[in-house]
Amino acid sequence: MISFRLDGRSVVPTYLQIVQQVRQALRMGVLDVGDKLPTVREVVAATAVNPNTVLKAYRELERDGLVEPRAGHGTFVVGRPSGPPPGTHSRLARSLAQWVRSAREAGLDDESIESLLRITLRAAAEEETA
Amino acid sequence: MMASSDPAVIQTRALSKRYRTVAALTDCTITVPEGRISALIGPNGAGKTTLLRLLAGLARPTGGDIAVLGTAPRPDPAFLAGIGFLAQEIPLYRRMSAADHIRIGAHLNARWDGTSVRQRLEGLGIPLGQAVGTLSGGQRAQLALALTLAKRPRLLLLDEPVAALDPLARRQFLAHLAEAAAGGGLTVLLSSHLLSDLERICDHLVLLAGSRVQLCGDVDALLAEHQILVGPRKDTTAIERDHTLVHAVRTPRQTTLLIRRNGPVIDPAFETADVSLEELVLGYMGQHADGPSPAHLSAIGGDQ
Repeated sequence: MISFRLDGRSVVPTYLQIVQQVRQALRMGVLDVGDKLPTVREVVAATAVNPNTVLKAYRELERDGLVEPRAGHGTFVVGRPSGPPPGTHSRLARSLAQWVRSAREAGLDDESIESLLRITLRAAAEEETA
Repeated sequence: MMASSDPAVIQTRALSKRYRTVAALTDCTITVPEGRISALIGPNGAGKTTLLRLLAGLARPTGGDIAVLGTAPRPDPAFLAGIGFLAQEIPLYRRMSAADHIRIGAHLNARWDGTSVRQRLEGLGIPLGQAVGTLSGGQRAQLALALTLAKRPRLLLLDEPVAALDPLARRQFLAHLAEAAAGGGLTVLLSSHLLSDLERICDHLVLLAGSRVQLCGDVDALLAEHQILVGPRKDTTAIERDHTLVHAVRTPRQTTLLIRRNGPVIDPAFETADVSLEELVLGYMGQHADGPSPAHLSAIGGDQ
């Protein structure tokens, strides 16, 4: 079972934060096919968000073929988001963390790291299309 | 489970309430569909409490129509059975215990779920046998909400329920409310002068300022209808002709507009941005606070 961290100040709508966190949990292998999502009641009791917000998120996940409601039992994971197999993300996250450490040691602050990442992503995209 | 076709639990048309020479509520037309948790937002003195009292049948309108759960509000048991009303001054007997209140509720209400109150209070660690006066403010608010929900109302009206609570008690109170709403069949209208209290929990908004309704609707739809435009200082007559200008900030170099959209905005000089709920509310409040001409305002939100 996972719990959601929902930030009311975020520019990302609350329902989308739930969708993203479920997808992320599936990619990281925290959730897998057959697992149960918390009920709407459990989510709102823990986070004080509107029940319709949670329903909207679960419906979107259902449309994407990731979860399925089973009457009287709850909502269950039935698929994984397309992409690399689970574990890939955590492996890459580890090597990225190492890279961030060396960037910090070299004197880069978060803002410079973020802009370096953006520039690199853009350059890579241009290389692919070239 | 939200749909625009949901039946209206609250519907008012040109509703007005005057106290002698003071207009407490003027020409108020709102609809709150079933199943919404609606935020009634407005500065102090905007008419929030007056509207809630009219909806609960505790005051009579001086003009216009109201339908609540399909009938005109009136102080009789059949109407009141469907309504839960929690006033600003939490109505509890300080010398009596929570258990006493649960017993009294069972005598006064045809439908009464005392077990749910006991379970809720035990879950929150609130003592049942202790005089209510010795409980904390947060505990008293939780008790009052649990008692109000025990009659299984279809409409819950709450007047500034979290204003006096600390952040943790606030969160716990709203979580309790959200959980009750998740059970279905409940519509909630709760007032606050602070949007930040209610932002997470509400999917519907009624904004009052100066005794008048400024905005009413589903939050997602309201946000989609509005847009922020940022551009150079220039004549905005064309934009104001095609769209409804809600609020403007003009500096010598820059113009920032909050508009209610009437189709797409095609002026290339302006950059468009989505509007946040806070910007939307402050824009409408600022418009009212500074008089009828929004163009003269100095800052988004005015003096809020």
